[in-house]
Amino acid sequence: MQRIGVFVCWCGSNIAGTVDVQAVSEALKSEPGVVYSTNYQYMCSQAGQDMIIEAVKEHNLSGIVVCSCSPRMHEATFRKTAAAAGLNPYMVEIANIREQCSWVHKDMLTGTEKAIILGKAAVAKVNLNTPLIPGESPVTKRALVIGGGIAGIQTALDIADAGFPVDIVETKPTIGGKMAQLDKTFPTLDCAACILTPKMVDVAQNDKIRIFSYSEIEEIKGFVGNFDVTIKKKARFVKEEICTGCGACVEKCPMKKIPNEFNLGMDNRRAIYIPFAQAVPKVATIDPSACNMLKNGKCGICSKVCAAGAIDYTQKDEFVNEKYGAIVVATGFNPISMDKFDEYAYNQSKDVITSLEFERLTNAAGPTAGKLLRPSDLEHPHTIVFVQCVGSRCASCAEKGKEYCSKICCMYTAKHAMLVRDKYPDTEVYVFYIDVRTPGKNFDEFYRRAVEEYGVKYIKGMVGKVTPEGNKLKVRASDLIAGKQLNIDADLVVLAAAIEPDKSARPLATMLTASMDTNDFFTEAHPKLRPVESPTAGVFLSGACQGPKDIPETVSQASAAASKVIGLLCKDKLTGNPCIASPNELMCNGCSTCENVCPYGAITYIDKEFMNHDRTKSLRRVAQVNPAVCQGCGACTVACMSGAMDLRGFMNTQICAEVDAICR
Amino acid sequence: MHNNNRKIADEIIFRSGVNVRKCMKCGKCSGTCPAYDEMEYHPHQFVYMVETGDIEPLMNSKSLYMCLSCFACVERCPRGVEPAKLIEAVRNAQVRQQDKNHMTANDVPAKLDENIPQQAIVSALRKYRK
Repeated sequence: MQRIGVFVCWCGSNIAGTVDVQAVSEALKSEPGVVYSTNYQYMCSQAGQDMIIEAVKEHNLSGIVVCSCSPRMHEATFRKTAAAAGLNPYMVEIANIREQCSWVHKDMLTGTEKAIILGKAAVAKVNLNTPLIPGESPVTKRALVIGGGIAGIQTALDIADAGFPVDIVETKPTIGGKMAQLDKTFPTLDCAACILTPKMVDVAQNDKIRIFSYSEIEEIKGFVGNFDVTIKKKARFVKEEICTGCGACVEKCPMKKIPNEFNLGMDNRRAIYIPFAQAVPKVATIDPSACNMLKNGKCGICSKVCAAGAIDYTQKDEFVNEKYGAIVVATGFNPISMDKFDEYAYNQSKDVITSLEFERLTNAAGPTAGKLLRPSDLEHPHTIVFVQCVGSRCASCAEKGKEYCSKICCMYTAKHAMLVRDKYPDTEVYVFYIDVRTPGKNFDEFYRRAVEEYGVKYIKGMVGKVTPEGNKLKVRASDLIAGKQLNIDADLVVLAAAIEPDKSARPLATMLTASMDTNDFFTEAHPKLRPVESPTAGVFLSGACQGPKDIPETVSQASAAASKVIGLLCKDKLTGNPCIASPNELMCNGCSTCENVCPYGAITYIDKEFMNHDRTKSLRRVAQVNPAVCQGCGACTVACMSGAMDLRGFMNTQICAEVDAICR
Repeated sequence: MHNNNRKIADEIIFRSGVNVRKCMKCGKCSGTCPAYDEMEYHPHQFVYMVETGDIEPLMNSKSLYMCLSCFACVERCPRGVEPAKLIEAVRNAQVRQQDKNHMTANDVPAKLDENIPQQAIVSALRKYRK
């Protein structure tokens, strides 16, 4: 039999104003197992906690019920108090008589009645509580960062700075991501390459960081502190350690008409290529779909000109196995396809471009060497129309656009419009907007500068149709403030395409058993208080894979994710949550239902030998819970048809005792 | 009077199946409308006037009959508001209120010619069904 102490908190007048705390502590005195009951003004205060510790000693208590605020608020506090008094922390139960009683009831009588009932339920549960001891698991002191954009780069640098080894896995031949493709960055107009490439070099030179470029994640097994990851290094047909990045092979390659992904297909690259001058690693890669030597064995020029002898046409995909303590997802974003937006004539005219293409057109390293020229005839455009929210805030059709606001378009469009007016003052620039959203440090000032100093024409309204006619683009749009329909003859139309998570994110989430929302953005553990952690332990989120973000936000989140990783890797052992699922193997029928409902992949099945009644032995398939992975959500306990699965600390018997106490 | 307007507006909303609250006032419907210049009130205003219950001026406006039922606004609305369906319901309400039709259903086939867009025929049939 337990010896239970009940401690009723007034919470100043928060509880005592609506609940008769004296009556509650009196009523609970007569409950089975209760040997001591009292009330106090502030139980969570030092004096209140001391009172509990003293009572435990004086009355030799084995369990504690605190009638106070929500367990989310102070459960941890009172568990520590119990531990200080020499009790197992899991012998404490909280009856929430603030959020569930005093704050929702106006009447003292009903509030008090409910408080007593909740107190009885908690007492009934403590009667069945058993001491729980959390398990421990070791930590592999190495982190994996998936994605080598600015998010992945910043996270890796910060983790390495704390002294832990980090591997970056990047699917492209170089790290740098989207930021490497940008021209200038808002709101200060620094050149993106000037601030990004030093960081890329830092990554390359940091002896704690390994870069797996042109590589993909093949398989992820394990759990927090002990991930087991297989990385596929795609064959690039160039020996990475030997290649000096001199570019002689690229110059001599005869396959010259391969669309250049880095410039979004606006110019061509060779079959062997280095994405851009500051690529890290600066190593050539052969595109097997374009290389004659790989396709039909006729050519081999690159091999002949390579002074280092780095070309290897026989290279195969290579698989690397590595253990990690933590995984950071930084898979980033892409602009959505414009194929379904026929009204903007993106597929009909080369002069209708997306904003990312515009970045390349104004970039000194881009296809026009930084001169703003129309893609169709390389003439200087005199009238440019920017269209915002193309596919963003679009709820009508899920396969066409995205329901969310892409967040970055208002600012980069203001930047583009401003830069055009600055470099080419003879150009007329229109921006069609629904709303201009500029929350952020110095963001609204930046937008206003585009209007007031640079004379960009912002028009509240949308473009309804773009029709290519001769060498012009006929733009029909509404001006809602003037109440007019406008017909503009434009030379260039720039579409601010919505952004979406990279396509690799969905399969990766499946491998990680990390949850995603309906838009394929990774879900954070708590939208406000745990924004850089995935609900799956040991998996962290960095950058736009979690939601649309600009560079400053991405970098802050990247550093935040790194600090969480460092906090994890600093530990030698991980203490788990003891409130986890545990199967009764004798009752388990091996049906796999629990394995299928487990959102964390914590349940596996094993064949185990059992002794039968007749002393023979037989193998049976039974469920096994990995204590390091189980988060104690309880989904398996309700799914288990044979009642074999139970959640420690929330056993079926305990829950039933609570219900019985309430219904008594 | 105001209450009566609200009643008609609600009736129009019910009959069209359009949720006017979805409109985010972007103006893409008006940016796309080929009959814009012929109209006193424009597609985005149709939606707003029904939303606010400012029905009378809309019902008495010639704009109703300038709509071609080309459905470009329905096709391009990013929020799926479907202004053309709404305006169809306003026309319908106008016709019902007058309690007399412009023509009977039997008159319709004779007036059709092959250049009329399909959607306009469907729209016309809906308009003159009763």
